[in-house]
Amino acid sequence: MEAFRRLDAVAAPLRRASVDTDQIIPMRYLITASRAALGVGLFADWRYRQDGREDPSFVLNQPRYRAAQILVADANFGCGSSREHAPWALLDYGIRALIAPSFAGIFFDNAFKNGILLIELAVEDVAALMDLLERGEPRLDVDLEAQSVTARDGSVRPFRVDARRRDALLQGLDEIGMSLRMQPAIAAYQAADRERRPWIYR
Amino acid sequence: MATAASLFDKIWDEHVVARLDGGEVLLHIDRHVLNDLTSPQAFSGLEHARRKLRNPALTFAVTDHMLSTEPGRGDDTVPGGAELIRALRASARRWSIDHFDVGDARQGIVHVVSPELGIALPGTTLVCGDSHTCTIGALGAIAFGIGTSEVEHVLATQTVIMRKPRTMRIVVDGALGPGVSAKDVVLFVIARLGTAAASGHAVEFAGSTIRGLDMEARMTVCNMSIEMGGRIGMIAPDATTFDYLAGRPYAPAGAAWQVALTHWNTLPSAPDARFDVEHRFEAGAIAPQITWGTNPSQATAVDQCVPDPGAAPSGALREQMQRALAYMGLTPGRPLAGVPIDRVFIGSCTNSRLSDLRAAAAVARGRKVAPGVKAMVVPGSAQVKRAAEAEGLDEVFRAAGFDWREPGCSMCCGLNADKVAPRERCVATSNRNFEGRQGPLARTHLASPAMAAAAAIAGSIADVRQLAG
Repeated sequence: MEAFRRLDAVAAPLRRASVDTDQIIPMRYLITASRAALGVGLFADWRYRQDGREDPSFVLNQPRYRAAQILVADANFGCGSSREHAPWALLDYGIRALIAPSFAGIFFDNAFKNGILLIELAVEDVAALMDLLERGEPRLDVDLEAQSVTARDGSVRPFRVDARRRDALLQGLDEIGMSLRMQPAIAAYQAADRERRPWIYR
Repeated sequence: MATAASLFDKIWDEHVVARLDGGEVLLHIDRHVLNDLTSPQAFSGLEHARRKLRNPALTFAVTDHMLSTEPGRGDDTVPGGAELIRALRASARRWSIDHFDVGDARQGIVHVVSPELGIALPGTTLVCGDSHTCTIGALGAIAFGIGTSEVEHVLATQTVIMRKPRTMRIVVDGALGPGVSAKDVVLFVIARLGTAAASGHAVEFAGSTIRGLDMEARMTVCNMSIEMGGRIGMIAPDATTFDYLAGRPYAPAGAAWQVALTHWNTLPSAPDARFDVEHRFEAGAIAPQITWGTNPSQATAVDQCVPDPGAAPSGALREQMQRALAYMGLTPGRPLAGVPIDRVFIGSCTNSRLSDLRAAAAVARGRKVAPGVKAMVVPGSAQVKRAAEAEGLDEVFRAAGFDWREPGCSMCCGLNADKVAPRERCVATSNRNFEGRQGPLARTHLASPAMAAAAAIAGSIADVRQLAG
């Protein structure tokens, strides 16, 4: 996983609530054993018209947002299926951070495990950022070490990320490797549990 | 353990391997079920890092997503699907995992198969790389969907890292009206609470209505927990649960069954258990439901009209409704009953079990699918299919003009050959009416099996109570 410390980049406002994972990447792009190159399917039903050409009205197709690495969206982003293809597609497209009033649970976990920073801000702050991006220079400076988002008008908005997730992201840590260090505790749990609940183990 | 512990608290506490810094825990996973859509990629990660599958005996694999439901299907019947089907098969062989593969008499939709085989048990933690894993909570388990990275973590460690969610109890009391099923109950609840109400919560469904449901109907309720944001939905295990599980192939037997039963009887929430949030509903207020929009909370009673975005309490909500109605091709104020449809899909991990097929067949019996409507029935598993055929349900459906298919996820997710064409309208017993879910520009109306069968006969959205009368 690639570490995330600070990102000053183009940010796009996605004015939609409850963006589900079928919208983030439709099923037909999932028929592959690969995690790579899924960016082409990102928001496919919104990005492309039925004839396969880009829909110029979609926010990421507009020249000012095309290089976006940050998305600002409405509440409950990432609801629906558990497909990790959603963060894989975002990442492959180049998105490294998302800002919204709330995120759906499974997507939240999946995103952090792939080095994408999710920032929850109050509804008013998200609305204000969207307005700023649409009116002014569409860039935000996201600083994970300082836990703040700075807009081009100089306004600074603090955010909080769970300490473990923050450390993992700052250092690009391998979570499985860390959990494998808990092997003795897992073995002890299973040995005791086997006595307590023998029917669990075959 | 505190005396006021809930079902969720008890199971959670029993599975804590270690407490980590920052309030998270390492939680033991008793049952890990793999599928062909999200799991093969986890094995490539595991093997690339030269790691081992920790507990093959606690790991199971089911092929369900990438399959055609046409008779005579094989690995290759969905273009591109064979790569994933074969990757899962190879991993299952390499690591000695029990695999219910294409053609196996136990194959089916993962969330239909794991209870039916007794793999899922009360008091267990069960995970699968699929958000509808919450279905399994109906047995009194903590069951939830995870992403592929998490699948890899469980393969290597038999644990997940997790923060304890808050708890929510949803109590439904009273008798269900005619034509009203578990699907209507859960759609009604989601319509009132919204798609994110249970986000960050483990939900327990309780009350006399829920207790009165059979095991399969309970699975339908828990299956939709995720549609209100709850990764975990559960129901206290009781005699209904134990009767259902007794004698299933992977369930404990003999003396082990008795020991397990003693444990399972300690699991239900204490009478004074506290929940962070509680909601109460009266079953008598619930009519057969149908969705009109593009998320499962956009549902209403079938005898109502398409709602008017103008009456929405906020501008954002109004915009969301307008967008949904435009996608669905519906005009505000018109009655939902009578909206012409093109397709009917009876299946999915929500409603493809034997009782669902019986409910649909009871409506279809002696009737005909309306001209121009393509209707299909996809049993949830090979076992469900055999049981349905043994009682002649396949003949009822065929005689009425329904397609009778092989088990799998099918038209729920538009992943395989079973798709709804652009702007076609489908009444489906599945769980998601998202834009494009059943195919690009497909228009999905979620409903119960009986309501779906009624729609197939009428050729339009129909009130099953009127068809029956």
